[in-house]
Amino acid sequence: MTDLPPLPDFRSPAEFWARALAIEVEATERYELLADQMAVHNNHEVAEIFAKMAIIEGKHRDEITRRAAGIDLGAEAAKFGWTGPDGPETADFEQVHYLMNAHQALRIARHNEDRAARWFAAVAARATDPEIVALAAEYAEEERQHVVWVDDWLKKFPPPDAGWDDDPDPPVFSD
Amino acid sequence: MNVSPTPEVAFKPADYKSDIKPVWCPGCGDHSVLLSFQRAMAELALPPEKVAVVSGIGCSSRIPAYTNTYGFHGVHGRSLALATGLKAARPDLTVLVASGDGDGFSIGGNHFLHACRRNVDVTYVVMDNRIYGMTKGQPSPTTEPDWDTAIAPGGTGLSPFHPLVIALASGANFIARGFSGDIGGTARLIVDAVRTPGFSFVQILSPCVTFRPDQQKGWKDLVRTAQVPETDDPGRAARRLMTDDGFNIGVLYRGKRPPYQPRPLADLPVAALEQEFAV
Repeated sequence: MTDLPPLPDFRSPAEFWARALAIEVEATERYELLADQMAVHNNHEVAEIFAKMAIIEGKHRDEITRRAAGIDLGAEAAKFGWTGPDGPETADFEQVHYLMNAHQALRIARHNEDRAARWFAAVAARATDPEIVALAAEYAEEERQHVVWVDDWLKKFPPPDAGWDDDPDPPVFSD
Repeated sequence: MNVSPTPEVAFKPADYKSDIKPVWCPGCGDHSVLLSFQRAMAELALPPEKVAVVSGIGCSSRIPAYTNTYGFHGVHGRSLALATGLKAARPDLTVLVASGDGDGFSIGGNHFLHACRRNVDVTYVVMDNRIYGMTKGQPSPTTEPDWDTAIAPGGTGLSPFHPLVIALASGANFIARGFSGDIGGTARLIVDAVRTPGFSFVQILSPCVTFRPDQQKGWKDLVRTAQVPETDDPGRAARRLMTDDGFNIGVLYRGKRPPYQPRPLADLPVAALEQEFAV
């Protein structure tokens, strides 16, 4: 069973751009939310990592916005992600824990980048329009490069010790 | 229809996000439900000033603070009373009500019955984690009878409350169940609920990762799209619920009962209002 979101049949490069933009918008917003969650719970090391991921995804969003300037993305551009499946680069909320460490946060990021690379590669393999094939392959390669970056980043942060989620002072609400 | 659309204006989910950061535990299902709320309102193209989000007390009831619409964080279990009054007075507003299984089915249980019965045009979203999370994990009305914890040794031994059965028996006009891990699907259910006239009830399974991580992180493997299509026949819906294990996702029932909407008194001339008090 695949963990990839459904593969659409893009009818035009504009539809591809619309979906690519939505993926990056959603990934950026999700990392920002995760950074907020960690900051609220005083896990500033992980909050910083998620904030950096949000910045990286935000740059991709801005780059796609720039490259797609002048292309009519149509109504579907705005709708994607609002009521549809979450994007391949979007972290699930349930993956996080308030005591998680930087290594665990980066493992989540790595999974998202790898899933995005596989999703774009699958789009490239499925599409028949040469422009869409080329664009999807380009983005698949870019996401694969991100996996390499995250792997380098991971070397700086060791995995957590056993019992990492034991909390001698359990959570209290911060009202 | 519980909706005031302005189709010529496009809204983004972020337009409904307030400046306050949620204090829910990281990983809590309620974060996802908040996103579903925002996506649903954007999909419905609701101007934020035409929406009111009303809640009671509990983790899930914090949603009005995180939503950039009118909001009322009310009294424990009384969100439906507040929402009913608001919709009666301001039928032009889209009224969404947020609650949890403790607030909605225990403290507010009686209001739940009569809100279903009255069929006022509001949408009631209950985030069900089968626990009182905010007060540190006591069993709630939907908790399994054998959930054994230090706070309830051996479990409560009580039969769980079945929200969908109660809603159907009490007259709710739209009944559905969602899962917080399916943000898009839950947003679609909320959209559907708002668009359906009358009292709409949506139970959302929303795991508590702090007090019940071992049991509820596995919900994503248990939930499934209901194989039986929605129905407008209460008898058929009731039969379907007899074999429901609590993890079927989707719309169960969509009735055709017209909503109850009294004439708002605020528009009446003073003389007409005074007549009500004439001896």
